[in-house]
Amino acid sequence: MSDVRALCLRTAGINCDEETVRAFELAGARTDLLHLNVLVDAPQRLGDYRVLVVPGGFSYGDDVAAGRVFGVELREHLAAEIRAFVESGGFVLGICNGFQVVLELGLFEPDAPARERSIALAANASNRFEARWVTLRAEDSACPWLTAGELLPCPVAHAEGRLVVRDDAALQRLIDRRQIVLRYAGAAPDRPAGYPANPNGSAADVAGLCDPSGRVVGLMPHPERNLTPWNHPLWTRLPSREVGEGVGFFRRIVDAAAGRLDALSSTSNT
Amino acid sequence: MESQTTTESPPDAWRVEVHRRPERDEPEGKGALEVLRELGIESVGEVRAGRGYLLPSTLAAGTVESIAAELLADPVVDEARIAEPLAALPRGERRRIVVLPRPGVMDPVAHTVERLLARTGRPLDPEGPGVASYRVYELAGSPTEEELHTAATRVFANETVEVVRVDRDDLPYGTGLGESPRGRVEIQLLDAGDARLEEISRDGVLSLSLEEMRAIRSHFKELGREPSACELETLAQTWSEHCKHKTLTGIVDYREGDKPVERIDNLLKETIARATRELDRPWCVSVFEDNAGIVAFDKGWDVCIKVETHNHPSAIDPYGGAGTGIGGVIRDVLGAGLGAKPIANTDCFFVGPLDLPRDAVPKGTLHPRRILRGVVAGVRDYGNRMGIPTVNGGVWFDESYVGNPLVYAGTVGLLPHTSAHKEVRPGDAIVAVGGRTGRDGIHGATFSSAELHEESEDVSGSAVQIGDPITEKRVLDCLLQARDRGLYRGITDCGAGGFSSAVGEMGEKCGAEVDVDKVPLKYHGLASHEIWISEAQERMVLAVPPEHVDECLAVFAAEDVEATVIGSFTDTRRLVVKDGGEVIGELSMEFLHDGLPRVARQAVWEAPELPDPGCPAADDVGAIVSSLLAMPNVQSKEWIVRQYDHEVQGRSVAKPFVGVRADGPGDAAVLKPLADSMRGLAISCGTNPAYGLLDPYAMAAAAIDEALRNAVAVGADPGSAAILDNFSWGNCEKPDRLGALVRAAKACFDAAVAYGTPFVSGKDSLNNEYRVGDRTIAVAPTLLITCMSQVPRVDRVVTMDAKRAGNRLFLVGATRPELGGSHYLQHLGLAGGRVPTPDLQQAPSILRALHSEIAAGRVASCHDLSEGGLAVAAAEMAFAGDLGVALDLGAVRCEEPESGYDADATRIFSESCTRFLVEVAPEHAEAFAHGFGDLPCTAVGTVLDEPFLRVRGTGGATLCTVPLEELRLAFTGGFHG
Repeated sequence: MSDVRALCLRTAGINCDEETVRAFELAGARTDLLHLNVLVDAPQRLGDYRVLVVPGGFSYGDDVAAGRVFGVELREHLAAEIRAFVESGGFVLGICNGFQVVLELGLFEPDAPARERSIALAANASNRFEARWVTLRAEDSACPWLTAGELLPCPVAHAEGRLVVRDDAALQRLIDRRQIVLRYAGAAPDRPAGYPANPNGSAADVAGLCDPSGRVVGLMPHPERNLTPWNHPLWTRLPSREVGEGVGFFRRIVDAAAGRLDALSSTSNT
Repeated sequence: MESQTTTESPPDAWRVEVHRRPERDEPEGKGALEVLRELGIESVGEVRAGRGYLLPSTLAAGTVESIAAELLADPVVDEARIAEPLAALPRGERRRIVVLPRPGVMDPVAHTVERLLARTGRPLDPEGPGVASYRVYELAGSPTEEELHTAATRVFANETVEVVRVDRDDLPYGTGLGESPRGRVEIQLLDAGDARLEEISRDGVLSLSLEEMRAIRSHFKELGREPSACELETLAQTWSEHCKHKTLTGIVDYREGDKPVERIDNLLKETIARATRELDRPWCVSVFEDNAGIVAFDKGWDVCIKVETHNHPSAIDPYGGAGTGIGGVIRDVLGAGLGAKPIANTDCFFVGPLDLPRDAVPKGTLHPRRILRGVVAGVRDYGNRMGIPTVNGGVWFDESYVGNPLVYAGTVGLLPHTSAHKEVRPGDAIVAVGGRTGRDGIHGATFSSAELHEESEDVSGSAVQIGDPITEKRVLDCLLQARDRGLYRGITDCGAGGFSSAVGEMGEKCGAEVDVDKVPLKYHGLASHEIWISEAQERMVLAVPPEHVDECLAVFAAEDVEATVIGSFTDTRRLVVKDGGEVIGELSMEFLHDGLPRVARQAVWEAPELPDPGCPAADDVGAIVSSLLAMPNVQSKEWIVRQYDHEVQGRSVAKPFVGVRADGPGDAAVLKPLADSMRGLAISCGTNPAYGLLDPYAMAAAAIDEALRNAVAVGADPGSAAILDNFSWGNCEKPDRLGALVRAAKACFDAAVAYGTPFVSGKDSLNNEYRVGDRTIAVAPTLLITCMSQVPRVDRVVTMDAKRAGNRLFLVGATRPELGGSHYLQHLGLAGGRVPTPDLQQAPSILRALHSEIAAGRVASCHDLSEGGLAVAAAEMAFAGDLGVALDLGAVRCEEPESGYDADATRIFSESCTRFLVEVAPEHAEAFAHGFGDLPCTAVGTVLDEPFLRVRGTGGATLCTVPLEELRLAFTGGFHG
């Protein structure tokens, strides 16, 4: 186990906390699971960690909008602490509902006040909750711990994961700042993925974003649901594997947080 | 729908409406438009859905503006419209349909917004009216008033639980629910004659029979006093069919044909429980005594399972009924032993035909499409929010479910073996945790014990509720912490009958005293006894040792969950209910639990007299296979499965849909419950109501066989299987209904003993009849068997998709001319025939032999033969694996059919039980066949690399060559919600 400590933050309705903790533990981080109330009462505890992860679920039932209430609570009570955490080199990961929360919190557009946010995660184009496996492709981005071109199979399970941008300029800004970290991959890399490979109708097939620093990452799909060799939907047709593809994803962020990134990128290129 | 009036006054509240900006896609409205089209409403061009919020008029304008812009509307996709208190919203050209929860109905969104306001420094006056939420639909086009009415009542709102307004601003807000007086209310019973007793039972929705009312009257005569409303209600809840299973545990005189009458003293004990008792499996940890059946798993952990029905509430409000059904069964698992973590849900629905003409829908019932969409959405929203994967299920269609759909919800839990048992000691505090108590769900237990009728949706609206899954999730989170810290020693859920049943059951052996004045309420105005019997959702009751009370309450408080001491367990063997200082009810536990007069019923079984239609030859085998794949019972339910999160918790090993394109219907779901154990848990089910109409004995035995073969097909050890029985039957006061039930129960005993498979839990729902005028329609006898079994190693799990061209296909199990109730005969419109019945001598050996082969790693894919028979199974394996399949019927051994049975059609379409199509690599073929010894196992085909299903007849001619794509399209077409 490394010296990296990760904090998994939960509140009412978060429901992927157990497997998210397992993912970080498998990846070598000592991981604590804390309720939001505990952190609000003692915000300084954030300083004990190198990684903050907001897992998936339906925080507060996704009432009003997915991730809205949890995101507003963080904005209201912990915004300064979380900003300082990121500025001091901390890593943040938001998965599914956690992505929606981190987006609401405003970390992907650190310069914009809440009312001027220009990206949103809205209802899926299918008007359905969609649970299915997809393939993600890592993009060349500001995120230091993902390798461009790599493919990652994992499930999605959400009703509001469609990335929507205010206008073309907003999308261009994401591209210019190298904030697009993951896209849904279709049959051909140079063509739009199409439904159901892109399960929600996201603009530009975007599945995950990072902030301009690259240390804050959010994604709709669930790599923490692909930790064992038997989670993959086609594992009975595949050669035997040691672990699920999701484990590598978490190892990368933990290694990055431990400052072992150079060693990592040299091995991942082989 | 309230009629149009001219005196409409807008609510005395700020209104904030959040709409998608006009240039933004709005998917919900698009979905609604499709449903309008289905109803023949072409005059609406577009529907846009929005959300509305009513906020107290005392808020300042600036505050409301900031709430709208910063909290309620998304800055990118939404726009907010604000109306001042008492002001109308400016109206555009579109027609507006506004839908609100009825006063008193749960509005979780409003509670969340109240919390949000409090957490952002805008707390509301706790005494004033709070927040209310509503949905709004804006319709473009020129619908007629009649079309708007249809849209409002059939698509957008359910008036049982919701208020709907068309183009009107007079939204109810802060409306009180009416005050009922608190305190003891006496019911004049001692001098009541029989007619009056029946009247009291009927008017009070007590569902107590005359005999039961008389027993209560004589009890109170002995006491020399009149009963109170609280006492009478407590008895009605506890004695309800729902809670006590009076029919199954009563005395039955059973007559079958010319045989002598057989007296059965307690059918449940003599059949289902007897099988479990005789099998006496050491791994059965707790069966038929707790909220769920508990069996041993691995590494110090147990697993538990419970399946419930929620039929009547789902008939009236499919969304709320199904949601609270799943919510209730989850609480059963939370209350099993000292509490289990739910790790899987299973849901099965039985509804009317989806193409039922609109004018064939009986008055007072909803169209099957609306019911199915509603129950799917209800299960989805509750299960997904709780973070429990829904991994198994099914939908079956039959005319008999039109007025009375069946909704089965099941939950599997994981708990430490050391937490498998509970106790209650005098002096323990009675602690209520979770949701507040309101007037919702009054009389659910007694309502569910009566038959439905045209006015059910009016008179029983209060029995239907909307669930609040996040409250239940909070309870789950805290409960497991309190369990692991040993802070309580007894627990049960507040289900049917509310506190009256929960406390009455927990305190049965000792006694209990409760003060309803301590119970946290959603709002003022409840009568004392209403607090006591309310079935408000998301509540649990704990028995907490006095020394742990403070710590226990603190665990819940830390996560904003209400936990309240409402009384204590005593050593008086009496149930005492107080309201403040006043005793409003006092009953001896003995009378409460044992004073119920036993029911004695007549049962008759006579086989329907139908000629055997045989098995006609098929002109075009390929076309028929495609037609069978497209039959509603067989056709893909992927549109449902994809809406359920079946991956959350990361335990999924075998998924509901498998294969190259994830379109092959898996036989059973497999989970890997523990990170440090390779042991898997398989969940499967079996049912076949079409068999039930012909022979309930065959149906029950076949359902058990099907649940087991589904489990074995994925690699489960049949020796580890535990099963559950869930009967949904017609009115068993009628001898023919009860006769069918007796026959099914006898099959349950015979089959369970033969397979060595104990029942660990079960439930019956015995009044599934729908009355229209003087006619009643009973549901087809429907027994759902759910199976929980264990896979020794998850890396040996097998899926049903064909794996490699060149592999052999073996048909395991004997094919007989059994087509009664089969999909082939249904397709041909033929009734009658020999119903598939498992050979109870041979079937268990077949299951064991196949399991050994799978465990040895010799099986590449395996699919059970069920609805449609051999060719349907082969077709599903083929398109799931994107590989062709060749079958040779000449190799299929079959009992020589009697005349009237075509040799080929019988082999292809028979639905004989205990059969599998198994793919084996050539190098394992010999060992595989050897593993079956004298048991039926024959090579009948091969996997092809050409994309066809090819069937060669017994005469050697090719009967069909069907392209895979045609088969896939037949299977995946049809209704998609």
